[in-house]
Amino acid sequence: MSLIRIYGLFLRHFFLITRSFPRILDLIYWPSIQITLWGFISNFFASHSSYYNNAVGVILTCAILYDFLFRTSIGFNMLFLEEIWSRNFTNLFIAPMKISEIITSLVITALIRALIGLIPAIILTSPLFGISILDLGIYLFFLFLSLYIFGITLGILVSSGLLRFGPSFENIAWSTMFLLAPFGCIYYPIETLPEIFQKIAYALPLVYIFEEARNILINSSVNLENLYTALKLNTVYLLLAITLFYYSFSVARKKGTLINIGE
Amino acid sequence: MQNLVEVKNLKKSYGLKEAVKGISFKIKDDEILGLLGPNGSGKTTTIGMMLGLLKPSNGEIIIDGKKIEDNRIEILKKINFISPYIELPKKLTVKQNLIVYGKLYSVSDIKKRIEYLSEKLRLGDLLNKITGELSSGQKNRVSLAKALINKPKVLLLDEPTASLDPEIGDFVRTFLEDYKKEMKISILLASHNMNEVTRLCKSTLMMKDGVIIDSGSPEELISKHGRQNLEEVFLKLTREKNEFN
Repeated sequence: MSLIRIYGLFLRHFFLITRSFPRILDLIYWPSIQITLWGFISNFFASHSSYYNNAVGVILTCAILYDFLFRTSIGFNMLFLEEIWSRNFTNLFIAPMKISEIITSLVITALIRALIGLIPAIILTSPLFGISILDLGIYLFFLFLSLYIFGITLGILVSSGLLRFGPSFENIAWSTMFLLAPFGCIYYPIETLPEIFQKIAYALPLVYIFEEARNILINSSVNLENLYTALKLNTVYLLLAITLFYYSFSVARKKGTLINIGE
Repeated sequence: MQNLVEVKNLKKSYGLKEAVKGISFKIKDDEILGLLGPNGSGKTTTIGMMLGLLKPSNGEIIIDGKKIEDNRIEILKKINFISPYIELPKKLTVKQNLIVYGKLYSVSDIKKRIEYLSEKLRLGDLLNKITGELSSGQKNRVSLAKALINKPKVLLLDEPTASLDPEIGDFVRTFLEDYKKEMKISILLASHNMNEVTRLCKSTLMMKDGVIIDSGSPEELISKHGRQNLEEVFLKLTREKNEFN
């Protein structure tokens, strides 16, 4: 792998973001709005629900975690879609970049994009609601890591679809996170779901991440098994996604998608 | 002169449709080879396979002594491509685009290379301008700079002067002639502009329905088919029933 080439592709997106104030604003605006909205909702629930009575910040913390996942996944897809929209896709794939270098560069850029949105949102929660996501302690890092890996995994899966099917796959890119959100048990315990949905939810790392976030905040205890299971599932899904990306690239070369993708 | 590019029995099928039907040709060092043919004749598919964007159904492409299917990344470092149908990121400045592609091609001294190309392609005043705000003639010169950023040994040009006014078109052709003379690179030129092909190419291939139906220098083809110019040869060959099918 060449760090220069990885840096080169990162620069392409860094220049794009830093050139446009609306793009920076867009990265910060939505997470902040989301957090503010959910902050007020969680304040309401805190005074009306015994479940959340002693943990005002549970919903808000979960909202921040979910937003990080959402931003990472959409961020990865956006980087790929930018190339299609700007008709630069062919230029990118005739450059001497290995698939692993393309993925690595987009993974790093997606993280930076997500953090640009996340950090102001975290800072906002403290003065507005007297809550700090940092209450999760050192385990916050593992929760973020798991969410980041899953977000990237979804991004790679959607990008595989874009490679294979072209821009017609774009709508799927936008809807993935909304489709998975109910199974992620982001704002409620898994028992809330019907039994058949619970089985699907248990196959996803999200449920372990959000269950554990709530467990830490409500019970002030840590179940490492949840964190471990989430990381294990994440590893499997990530490897599958990367394999699919390579496969899609190979099929795209056979079907000619790489040539016609901008049209 | 050695053959820098060798294409052997190249085929590409999409299901039952055969886009390229077993073509073979060579491009020598320091040569511009014209690739002619009507729309849908297989030119872009051939170029796509040479760029590694398409996997051949059969046959092989050898560039600088190596097969592209086994050495895709290594070969991509030595070639580049320009086409009016692909663009550089519009929101970036010209300089930023050239820096990005300099990095992607691992160019050692990007600043020096950009300075050289800016001078040759008259980009000095454009470097800090937004790429999407340039005229098509300016964009074409910027794309050419991107295509030469890695000092390619083989340059693939797909209609490089399409939609340019005669003055800019002439500038690009003159530049290509001078650059080839200076750097001794090999060029494959796919074009519908027969005057351009006559001016730039010592040899040409005429494609139709996925096969090479004739080849030779523009003068040889004009003389062989008893026509006044290459455009008339093109029209004669493309309107004839294809005896190879």
